[in-house]
Amino acid sequence: MIKSVISNLTFWKSVGAILIGLALFSIIFRFVFGLGAATNLTDEFPWGLWIGFDILCGVGLAAGGFTLCGLVYIFNIKEFKPIVRPAILTAFLGYLLVVFALLVDLGRPDRIWHAMIMWNPRSVMFEVAWCVMLYSTVLALEFSPAILERFKWKTPLKIVKAITIPLVIAGVLLSTLHQSSLGSLYLIVPNKLYGLWYSSLIPVFFFLSALTIGCAMVIIESYLSARAFKKNLEFPLLLRLGQIMVMLISVQLVVRAIDLIDRGVLNLLLIPRTETYLFYLEIILGLIIPLVLLSIKNIRTTRVGLFYASFIAVLGFVLNRMNVSITGMETGSGVSYMPSWMEVFVTMGIVALGFVAFSYAVKYFNIFEEPVKADNSVGDVVAKEINFSTVLKD
Amino acid sequence: MSKKGILINITKCIGCQQCVSACKIQNNLPDTEETKLSITAYTVVDEKEERYIRRMCMHCNYPTCESVCPVGAFEHTLEGAVLYHAEKCIGCRYCMMACPFQVPRYEWMSRTPTIQKCKFCIERIVKGEVTACVEACPVEANIFGDYNDILRIARQTVSAEPDKYVNHIYGENEVGGTTILYISDVPFEKLGFKTNLGTQKLPELTWSALSKIPSVVAVGGTLLYGIWWITNRRKEVIEFESKMKESQTNNQDEEN
Repeated sequence: MIKSVISNLTFWKSVGAILIGLALFSIIFRFVFGLGAATNLTDEFPWGLWIGFDILCGVGLAAGGFTLCGLVYIFNIKEFKPIVRPAILTAFLGYLLVVFALLVDLGRPDRIWHAMIMWNPRSVMFEVAWCVMLYSTVLALEFSPAILERFKWKTPLKIVKAITIPLVIAGVLLSTLHQSSLGSLYLIVPNKLYGLWYSSLIPVFFFLSALTIGCAMVIIESYLSARAFKKNLEFPLLLRLGQIMVMLISVQLVVRAIDLIDRGVLNLLLIPRTETYLFYLEIILGLIIPLVLLSIKNIRTTRVGLFYASFIAVLGFVLNRMNVSITGMETGSGVSYMPSWMEVFVTMGIVALGFVAFSYAVKYFNIFEEPVKADNSVGDVVAKEINFSTVLKD
Repeated sequence: MSKKGILINITKCIGCQQCVSACKIQNNLPDTEETKLSITAYTVVDEKEERYIRRMCMHCNYPTCESVCPVGAFEHTLEGAVLYHAEKCIGCRYCMMACPFQVPRYEWMSRTPTIQKCKFCIERIVKGEVTACVEACPVEANIFGDYNDILRIARQTVSAEPDKYVNHIYGENEVGGTTILYISDVPFEKLGFKTNLGTQKLPELTWSALSKIPSVVAVGGTLLYGIWWITNRRKEVIEFESKMKESQTNNQDEEN
């Protein structure tokens, strides 16, 4: 038993180290030889995997933070309190990694501060830049109690706790703007983005799907954390999150169907081409399967059932963002794009970094309400070493 | 200075590449032969359907690049030129993503990359001269002038020979109109032009979303605060009531 846990640990640690190493190499290569040498981006296809996955998906998957903060502090549903901190931590790490990916993707990362003093309020990217800056600050403040408690800095802790409500309101507003504005980025390309995805409602779709995936991510985190840290979170809470997901998914299905009819593009659903298949796959994975799974009582009321429904919803969500940013843009741009190995390495390294950062944060700060308890059969040493990624193995 | 424009008459172009060479000299670009726009070719002459088509930045009347740039690195001048200021650029490449004509080129291999594209020879125009490419044209396939004049010439040329010309001035209405106009005797879609762009000014599309931000913040903020106030009040009332009950029972206990 101990041996298998240790070998799992070593295995996942090595995988993480290798991924981060490859990413580091690719990033150095990118900064020495230029974006063109490291990526498959071209003049016709200037945004690739880093924008599509690292940024669009990264921000979306961080939506659990503001969703839960809103539920707990604004709607006063206090039962969710035990999972607020892990959700904020994920969101905070998510945003830090998004900023990191942005620095790698920008042609002149040394000038990122330009957006603060050179304004163009007519640009969606300007809105995105400000949302990232402000919401990262809000998240840092929302997470700061965990750090302040650890070092017992009482006065700043008091101040942060006193401004909790304004902070949460600012966080919810900024997230709403940020999630939707990532969709608004694509409003300007009606001739490039394929008809199944281009819609004037795309900011609304991005916002609704982010809310859904916010709930899904909390369910997934709770499930994985429960396994990794032997911490049982209140199951009825997750059930309620599942119910909220059902509601949000139903709304999405209806709004997206009406949108297709409204724009008169239903005929696109019958054209046999890659975009059509990917669209169906996205809808089936992101909306239909989760909706069905969450509607069946025997599945919905088990931890595993909830977990898989959420996990499949996340897959569908990722596919949606990739469709909007990559596959849906290829035909309109007149070129095809496949990420280079280095682009893939950087993305995988960033994901690995996220897992590592999360496991360290859980180790050093009080993230889950009660202190992490060691499983007796494994022993204290191993328990300390337990890594978030180990749970993916089983 | 009034708005200028260039009328490119595809029927007259002989493909001599004089405009391309003149552009390279004007902008100090290396003298390499290219078939597509690049960081070293702000204009190229393409061949399709036995016609020569000169490609360049269209200098839109409602420039998408200018509207999407987060740091305002693009400038739309009164002369109609859309200029790029490299010193502001952060390299997000949204201008390239958004350009309906796929014009901006990027220095992909540079450590300090910038966008490269036609500058409408702004230094020459403000001195009252014509652009280098138009000046170099030996056959009047390019006409430079006040925008209204060249638009009138375009209309007259097309209507004078309706059997020869396609009844479409490319750039008159596309994405709200462009400073560069084309007329042709071969349908534009066959010559590699995007004819599905529509006439809407693209910046309006994003503005329709951006302009809602103040109301989202105001309404959303009020709503969130209101909901918090109600739920918080409810909690306070419950706490107060339970306290009252407690003290009542305490009092009763004491009386007993």
